[in-house]
Amino acid sequence: MPESSQENMDGPYNSYRLTPLLRRYTQSTNFYSPLKAFCTDENMAECISFLNEEMSLLGFPLLCPESGASRGLDVVALLNSMHALVQQHRQVLRTVENLETEQLRAASDMEYQQLSHARLKEQFELAKRENGRLQERERQLHMNIKSLQNCIKNEKEEVQKLQNIRASRAAHYSHDKKRKEREYQKLKEHLNQVLVDRKDKKQAIEILNCVGRSDGKRSQWKTRKSESRHESEMYKILLNELENRQKELMTENAELRKVLQQMKKEMVGILGPKRSSLGEPRCERSADQESASEGEGDCDPGQKAIEVSCEHAREELTNSIRQQWRKIKHHVEKLDCQVSLVQVVQVESEAASNETNDQEMGRLKLEVQQCKEFIHTQQQLLQQQLISPCEEETASLLKDCYVLEEKERFKEQRRIFEEQRKNFASERQNFTEAAIRLGHERKMFEEDRATWLKHHFLNLTFTDHVTHIPKSPGLPAEYVEPDPKTLLSPVTFSDAGSVKSSATADFHQALLPQSRF
Amino acid sequence: MNFSELFKQTNQLCRLSPDGKYLATCVQYRLVVRDVNTLQILHLYTCLDQVLHMEWSSDSLFILCAMYKRGLVQVWSLEQPDWHCKIDEGSIGLVSSRWSPDGRHVLNTTEFHLRVTVWSLCNKSVSYIKYPKACQKGMDFSADGRYMALAERRECKDYISVFVCDDWHLLRHFETETQDLAGVEWSPNGCVLAVWDTCLEYKVLLYSLDGRLLSTYSAYEWSLGIKTIAWSPSSQFLAISSYDEKVRILNHITWKKIAEFEHPANISSTKAVVYREVEKCPVVVSEDLSSSQITVSSSLFNTQSKYEICQLPVQVAVLKPDPDRANPKVGVSLLAFSANSRYLATKNGCFQVLSLLWHCSGDSLILLGKEQLCLCYMETEEQK
Repeated sequence: MPESSQENMDGPYNSYRLTPLLRRYTQSTNFYSPLKAFCTDENMAECISFLNEEMSLLGFPLLCPESGASRGLDVVALLNSMHALVQQHRQVLRTVENLETEQLRAASDMEYQQLSHARLKEQFELAKRENGRLQERERQLHMNIKSLQNCIKNEKEEVQKLQNIRASRAAHYSHDKKRKEREYQKLKEHLNQVLVDRKDKKQAIEILNCVGRSDGKRSQWKTRKSESRHESEMYKILLNELENRQKELMTENAELRKVLQQMKKEMVGILGPKRSSLGEPRCERSADQESASEGEGDCDPGQKAIEVSCEHAREELTNSIRQQWRKIKHHVEKLDCQVSLVQVVQVESEAASNETNDQEMGRLKLEVQQCKEFIHTQQQLLQQQLISPCEEETASLLKDCYVLEEKERFKEQRRIFEEQRKNFASERQNFTEAAIRLGHERKMFEEDRATWLKHHFLNLTFTDHVTHIPKSPGLPAEYVEPDPKTLLSPVTFSDAGSVKSSATADFHQALLPQSRF
Repeated sequence: MNFSELFKQTNQLCRLSPDGKYLATCVQYRLVVRDVNTLQILHLYTCLDQVLHMEWSSDSLFILCAMYKRGLVQVWSLEQPDWHCKIDEGSIGLVSSRWSPDGRHVLNTTEFHLRVTVWSLCNKSVSYIKYPKACQKGMDFSADGRYMALAERRECKDYISVFVCDDWHLLRHFETETQDLAGVEWSPNGCVLAVWDTCLEYKVLLYSLDGRLLSTYSAYEWSLGIKTIAWSPSSQFLAISSYDEKVRILNHITWKKIAEFEHPANISSTKAVVYREVEKCPVVVSEDLSSSQITVSSSLFNTQSKYEICQLPVQVAVLKPDPDRANPKVGVSLLAFSANSRYLATKNGCFQVLSLLWHCSGDSLILLGKEQLCLCYMETEEQK
């Protein structure tokens, strides 16, 4: 029996016996089993004394006083003690309950802790394994690195070694080569000596007769003067060459500078009107100043040449061009941005304008090409004219060929003219003969007339001779000459030979009525 | 085009006279001179041995025939066929022989390049120049024939001697900063002498006529260097071709590189025009830039070939050279400027083109192969 109380006493201190504790306790205290009754009818007094002792030990008032031999219990004390015991019991139960809950809590905490402990342990294990793996890897990589570094070192050493070997070999070979060359040189000298000394097969020249020099002059002695002449000639050649080159470079330089100036002017021109809109008056002024200063330089090419050599002027020019170019670039970039913004809206119209632009461009390009070709051919012809040194014959031929057509025409015309002249001459001849014949006939006619007149006169003298002498009515109207007397006078009645001398007079006179024929 | 009948010749010795009136050919030991227009034989000369080198004098009055085996040089005159001249180098041997620019001196290089002997036809005098260098181009005359530059080597150092061709007076003698001088070349205006180093070192040195060093140019180190150089006719540019398949152009004012031309195996530049010869006969279709490889033995008249323009990009056949052999057939080996300095013709790699020559007008180019030749006409502006 006291064993159960002993167990009960030990229970709360034993932290490992959790669950059976309350059960045991409640089992052992609440469940009243009559089989295990403590007090029976026989041992009542012992029970009372025992309980008394127990109560006194526990601090309760005695159940029955010591002095009483009677079995009379102090019921009040007994009830009080029972009540106290019950209270105590309740308290104990409460405590036990509390303890139980505490224990449960602690147990769940412990479980939780254990679980987490286990989990953490697992994690720890994993982490340890991972760590181990990584360390292994790191170790391997380190090994790798080491081995590669070793390799590199080895390679470098080998390279160095090979280079050393090569260098030493090169040195050796060159030394060897030099030695062999010296030997070879000695052999050559020796051979030369031997061959020169040999008398049997000597070198000689057999020539029928000496030939004159190619330039026809006599060869001169080699003197100091000729040597110095050679030197001076050589230096003259070098100087000429340098001067030519310098001239070329100067002209190239001048051209390039002109181009730069032009470019600068154009750039200023492009930027000029726009810059006022951008609102940078200072820059414009400075640009104008610069252009003005450069313009002054341009006016005088001689001054420009001097300016050219001045580094300050050169730097100024290049700096100003750089400035302008930067401005143009900036401007163009701005325009590009604007264009890209606007382009989205005006795609179609731009395409159309682009097409027309392209066409226009194509046409213009073609025109430019044609003009260029034309200019080129003109230039070529001009150059030919200027550069090629024509001989007089060819010059005259050239001059002739330009007027060849005209010449031909003139020749033709002359030929025609000559023909016509011949014709005229022959006609004149004919007419002369005709006139002569006419003259003859006239003469005859006149003679006839004269005779007829004479006859008539002789016939008429008796009737009316005064009226007939000055006029000859027998003559038809066409034969009335403007000067009948001159005609009559050379035509003498007696001398027929004088007609010839007057033939030219006749001819001249005969010319006049020719128009009437 | 008309062709004449075939004439015999040996050793490819067939030269037109500088004035263009005569044609000289060598057949074994005979020298035949023909008139260019009628191809009638005008003169026939007999030399003492097989002629290995034949050269006209600059005034077309004399012809030089060199017989290296016997060490003899014979000079023949066109005006007087009876005139004869024989130069015997004796036991000292003969390796090369050439005229001087005035056509009155013969320069003989003896065997082993022991010395250069200058024989005068005007006064039978002899001059000796010692220590000439045996290299790619050791002797060069300036364009106007006034000066001669000769490379010499003494005591393992290179020197250049400049002689006045008038009387062979030594004008200048100076050391060059080269390791192993490979060649000298005068500029066409006669004022600058370009000197280049051995192919183991890329170095070009430019000396003025009076021996001053004007400039040095070196593009890179260690790899094989310069193959050859060429001056432009206006003396404004110097083209340097090298083993790295590039041509670099220097300008005459600063002597710095102004252009670099590559010869890539894959041509994809849009400015390039690639002509491929296509032959109609059923053999190998050769794939070249503008010259043909050696093809069949069928005669010239049967093979019909034409050139077609290839679409870019074009892959040019490249032969990898053997790295173990010396003087690999890699790099730009031929350079030629046209007369107006407008065009530069180059040959890269191992194409079988032996020479590139421009016509004096600068409009057309002749490519000579081993068995074939090809004329290329450049587009002139009128034809555009």
